[in-house]
Amino acid sequence: MSTERPRRAVVTGIGVIAPNGLRADAYWKSVREGLGVLDRITREGCGDLPLKVAGEVRGFDASDLIEDKFLVQTDRFSHYAMAAAQLALDDAGLARENPEEPFEIGVVTAAGSGGGEFGQRELQKLWGQGSKFVGPYQSIAWFYAASTGQISIRSGLKGPCGVVASDEAGGLDALAHAARGVRRGTGAVLVGAAEAPLAPYSMVCQLGYPELSTVEDPDRAYRPFTAGACGFVPAEGGAMLVVEDESRARDRGAAVRAVVAGHGATFTGASRWEESREGLARAIRVALDEAGCAPEEVDVVFADAMGVPEADRAEALAIADALGAHATRVPVTAPKTGIGRAYCGAPVLDTAAAVFAMEHGVVPPTPNVFDICHDLDLVMSRARPAELRTALVLSRGLMGSNAALVVRRGDDSAR
Amino acid sequence: MTRRVAVTGIGVVAPGGTGAKAFWDLLAAGRTATRGITLFDPVGLRSRIAAECDFDPADHGLDPDLSRHADRYIQFAVVAAGEAVRDAGLDTDAEDPWRVAVSLGSAVGGTTRLEHDYVLVSAGGQRWDVDHRAADPKLHMAFSPSTLSSVVAEQFGARGPVQTVSTGCTSGLDAVGYAFHTIAEGRADVCIAGASDSPISPITMACFDAIKATSPDNDDPEHASRPFDNNRNGFVMGEGAAVLVLEDYEHARARGAHIYCEIGGYATFGNAYHMTGLTSEGLEMSRAIDSTLDQARIDPTLIDYVNAHGSGTRQNDRHETAAVKRSLGAHAYDTPMSSIKSMVGHSLGAIGAIEVAACVLALKHQVVPPTANYETPDPECDLDYVPRTARPRKLRNVLSVGSGFGGFQSAVLLTTPGGRTR
Repeated sequence: MSTERPRRAVVTGIGVIAPNGLRADAYWKSVREGLGVLDRITREGCGDLPLKVAGEVRGFDASDLIEDKFLVQTDRFSHYAMAAAQLALDDAGLARENPEEPFEIGVVTAAGSGGGEFGQRELQKLWGQGSKFVGPYQSIAWFYAASTGQISIRSGLKGPCGVVASDEAGGLDALAHAARGVRRGTGAVLVGAAEAPLAPYSMVCQLGYPELSTVEDPDRAYRPFTAGACGFVPAEGGAMLVVEDESRARDRGAAVRAVVAGHGATFTGASRWEESREGLARAIRVALDEAGCAPEEVDVVFADAMGVPEADRAEALAIADALGAHATRVPVTAPKTGIGRAYCGAPVLDTAAAVFAMEHGVVPPTPNVFDICHDLDLVMSRARPAELRTALVLSRGLMGSNAALVVRRGDDSAR
Repeated sequence: MTRRVAVTGIGVVAPGGTGAKAFWDLLAAGRTATRGITLFDPVGLRSRIAAECDFDPADHGLDPDLSRHADRYIQFAVVAAGEAVRDAGLDTDAEDPWRVAVSLGSAVGGTTRLEHDYVLVSAGGQRWDVDHRAADPKLHMAFSPSTLSSVVAEQFGARGPVQTVSTGCTSGLDAVGYAFHTIAEGRADVCIAGASDSPISPITMACFDAIKATSPDNDDPEHASRPFDNNRNGFVMGEGAAVLVLEDYEHARARGAHIYCEIGGYATFGNAYHMTGLTSEGLEMSRAIDSTLDQARIDPTLIDYVNAHGSGTRQNDRHETAAVKRSLGAHAYDTPMSSIKSMVGHSLGAIGAIEVAACVLALKHQVVPPTANYETPDPECDLDYVPRTARPRKLRNVLSVGSGFGGFQSAVLLTTPGGRTR
């Protein structure tokens, strides 16, 4: 048990279910090519709502990966999470079920919208037909903990389980929560977030967000950092990662894909974007400090990219405040403009992209963004080759959270 | 870096009365606050009883915007947090706001408000393609579970890590656990930690009806919640909030704060068995208990009281009895173990924090709260459940445990000076 240096938490597996790809490699290919998939929402019952454009997961057949007995008990958000979890386990070379040491592996998810479609269906039965028509799975499908519980049960994982029910930044908080669990002694944590906010009533609930874009042209609806910034477009899907103790991973011969090195989190109030400048800058400093990383060592920034002018300005200034002169040199990207913001899933998808970017030595572009009005080196139009050893992933939430995560290349075994 | 974590303030909104004092008075007297549901018309439901809070936001000086727009569970949390901060003597303006954190739990969050507006936009459940024009423009605040922590952080000027924890019925214990780690590992000096839920609504009552988890004893609500009793037949829904001020021990000492106790350890594991079912062995809960004892370096024989999850379902009470026996061995038979759910019901995500608050108060008063309504022993539940009457006892180390849907099993250990010997 004793180690000469503190335990390090490393990424050994990635699973993705996203609007632009139903596996991690497909997602990365789309991200690298700057493919934009924002489109009209096609889900039943959504046609008359003023929100027209989103990042929908298409072509996903949950029954390809998940047994019927789980499908009937769960909402779409858990289907995405369970599928991504299985892909992450496969990628990490871990057993899909019943590992030899079940207490060694935990499950942590972030959730910002819960099982809305399932919940709406049961609400309709209750109010349309009567309480006796509410089914037995409502109590376990709608709540935020559904995905963590089902993943734990399906794969037989008995380690520390957790759920951060959060705004977007919670996706990074969940990764940090997992990494800290690993540093404290857990062998590995299956961690991430997937969301399914595109059901009619869930969409009604989102209409009040002042930051929501209701622009109907998919190419113009979500363009952060531009003069035409008009808010964000929601998305569904997400990613699950295996975050594991480094020596455990090396002992079993698993590829160490990245190190989860540092995290910082602050709060500056819902929709008070100007104040998020100080909060985000502070989160970045805390994350770099925990990672033992100088600002100059950051090779790429995955921006939050809210798409609201004052929020974009605050983010550009926060990067400058925290990274100093290096801020004008470091490439910044926001691949989520191609798929929208999948709430808690968004920064986990960004973290997955950051791992691939470091592995492939390329900064992916920011789809649909061509002409920015902030002092950033935003990578647009096409991917840019670069030697990347350290990535900084940023996220802010609509209820006021700011978070920063530092991930470093897996082969940098000593810093 | 691991720092000691002190509890310096408590605030409670519970059935039977608002405030930590009213809460403790209820527990110490062994009174039950369960009754027929008044918050809505429960006609047609199998279980029509609950432990409700008599709570009027106007009594608590909430700002008008919160009184009018915030969900009931958020109002509970703001009031409980206010009491906790006052109790801690904490001047939030004098603290470095970046070093003040918030960690609050809730199992079902804004579902009561979500259901209310759902009825409006769906013409009473008649249409799938809901009409957005009938919805409250602030409905997103009910949709986003992080509204809870966001509103509380705003009220008390916290700018450090702000988290909402939602692990079903262990949310309250886990929120306290996350706060414990946040301070122990140096990410904040002060954390406003606890949980809140107001789940007494048609959809939540109906979904527990569907799995027969709640008691159908509608004719005798005062005696319906009977944890560990052989005639128990399900839990009684509750609501409420509890908030603690957790603080770096040295930080608390430096400002001369009263320290109730310390958090000695926290752990959680999954049973990976069933979303709502429990094994009869209690292996995973036992492991959580063992881990907390290990963290505090306390021998199991030094546990003076176990605050049980004790929901009053057939399987839970058996599961938990087995878990405690597995961890405490023969000492389990000498250790009082009670369930306050017999008095304040089961407020889902909130109850874990309410139970930790009960443990802090038990340490303060050196009294074990009872299990009300306990009359008939169950041969499979053969520990000392402190029937009906509170019991004075020397208390130094107390344990609070919880089980939740999803298979989560959590434990929090509270310690007082002199309690550690190993």
